[in-house]
Amino acid sequence: MTIKEKEEEVIEEFSFFEDWMAKYEYIIDLGKNLNGYPPEQKTPENIIKGCQSQVWLHAYMDGEKLIYKADSDALISKGLISLLVGVLSDQTPADILSNKLKFIEEIGLNEHLSPNRSNGLSSMIKTMKAYAIAFSK
Amino acid sequence: MDLAIQANQKIDVQKVREDFPVLHQKVNGSPLVYFDNAASTQKPKQVIEAISNYYKYEHSNIHRGVHTLSLKATEKYENARGKVQAFLNAPKPEEIIFTKGTTGSINLVANGFTTLLKPGDEIIISYLEHHSNIVPWQMLCERTGAILKVIPMNEAGELIYAEYEKLLSRKTKLVAVNHVSNALGTINPIQQIINQAHQYGAAVLIDGAQSVSHFKVDVQALNADFYVFSAHKLYGPTGVGILFGKEEWLNKLPPYQGGGDMIKTVTFEKTTYNELPHKFEAGTPNIAGGIGLGAAVDYIETLGVNNVGAWEDELLHYAVDKMKTLGTVRFYGTAKNKAAVISFLLDGCHPYDVGALLDQQGIAVRTGHHCTQPIMDWYKIPGTLRASFSFYNTKEEIDKFIIALERAQKMLL
Ligand SMILES: Cc1ncc(COP(=O)(O)O)c(C=O)c1O
Repeated sequence: MTIKEKEEEVIEEFSFFEDWMAKYEYIIDLGKNLNGYPPEQKTPENIIKGCQSQVWLHAYMDGEKLIYKADSDALISKGLISLLVGVLSDQTPADILSNKLKFIEEIGLNEHLSPNRSNGLSSMIKTMKAYAIAFSK
Repeated sequence: MDLAIQANQKIDVQKVREDFPVLHQKVNGSPLVYFDNAASTQKPKQVIEAISNYYKYEHSNIHRGVHTLSLKATEKYENARGKVQAFLNAPKPEEIIFTKGTTGSINLVANGFTTLLKPGDEIIISYLEHHSNIVPWQMLCERTGAILKVIPMNEAGELIYAEYEKLLSRKTKLVAVNHVSNALGTINPIQQIINQAHQYGAAVLIDGAQSVSHFKVDVQALNADFYVFSAHKLYGPTGVGILFGKEEWLNKLPPYQGGGDMIKTVTFEKTTYNELPHKFEAGTPNIAGGIGLGAAVDYIETLGVNNVGAWEDELLHYAVDKMKTLGTVRFYGTAKNKAAVISFLLDGCHPYDVGALLDQQGIAVRTGHHCTQPIMDWYKIPGTLRASFSFYNTKEEIDKFIIALERAQKMLL
């Protein structure tokens, strides 16, 4: 699936939720279900700066594709990074860099997460893109 | 709090709430419940109007003109100083210095002590301090070669007094502690701390950021050398604060900043400095802020600061009892003497998750380290949730808070 198609999936998923608590419940569930972060990568260098909670991000190439793994000590942050990993992981660095993510705005995460958290969100995206730049060289 | 708060009049909460326009709004679809009062309190319309009237009808620069508006503005500003003097029971108005806030006041004193310290002198602070009452002293130590000592705390978040006694010596030049801890609510035994420091000839600065809004403070009875607070935590505006200093101490300190108002005569060869309090008030001050603080002091004095404290105390006990029934709340800071601040975690839940979910339900609490990282390190936690009450909070709001906590917990576990 392309990044665009994955985004559409997420937007569709969120369209079923009636209120904000339901969206949060879903994000929290995503957080609870995000596993498989390599323990040896839980290093201070892998912590994304600018998040209120600790969020770890690790990235590596698998053939042509960039793979992201992430974890967090807070569930909402973990759910958010899980959304991003779901959309961006397993794509080529070139595709990751050329796509302007639109789903965050469309599902209203921008407005409804507190400023600190949406800062966290933008730091997450920035860090993910930085990896894509690094790996496309 | 089990201190001697003697209320003689119960606060009429519904009536006082009418004074606070900000409280009557919905946040994320629910009526706002504002439990972040230790970070900053809301403003009554009396304060807002004092500031707006000043700008509408009375504004002019102060201490400078002979024209009527300037004289009036000067009088209002100086009246505000007088109100703060009475509020703290300070002996003289010139012992009340307007600053930018608690942080500004502490930095002023720390800067002044640069000339009074020599290498090997000691400054004592405590484990419970806000970063504002840590960093300026560390910087002072770096400038002078003085040494910083820290009074440790126990599990309940109380200072270990016996350790303080051991730290004191003839080398101690200054002791700086808070009256009430912002992170844990602990009320410190500052009367004892001051008395004991004075036996060694050390000066004592009390950080009153969290105390003046909760109970009566009398700087003469305490015999404090310096007492500092911020207007914005006392229902007044941001950007203004107070440094009370005993005249003898303020005279020993050199001026902090140079500029207009703080001088007597200026030539290129030599400048002589103005008297107190102007020596420490260089430049055009926050005039509206000072006047707003005066209005805030009037407001709280009308309610009676001890009446306010008694109601907050009742809210504290009500909330703690209710939170205990949840069975999953871990409290941080369980001092016997405690102000209306509750620092806590929910078992198995990250404070940021809980804070975000409370916010979704219209409830404002603080999450994080509360500018007191050493305390968080002591407990080996990254931060807490903190609910802090004001006299305009109600038991119904606490009931909502409990329901919201239960809901958040259900979602997170
Ligand atoms: C105990 C204590 N000291 C100092 C400060 C700093 O106050 P301000 O930021 O108003 O200068 C605060 C405010 O958070 C505080 O609670």
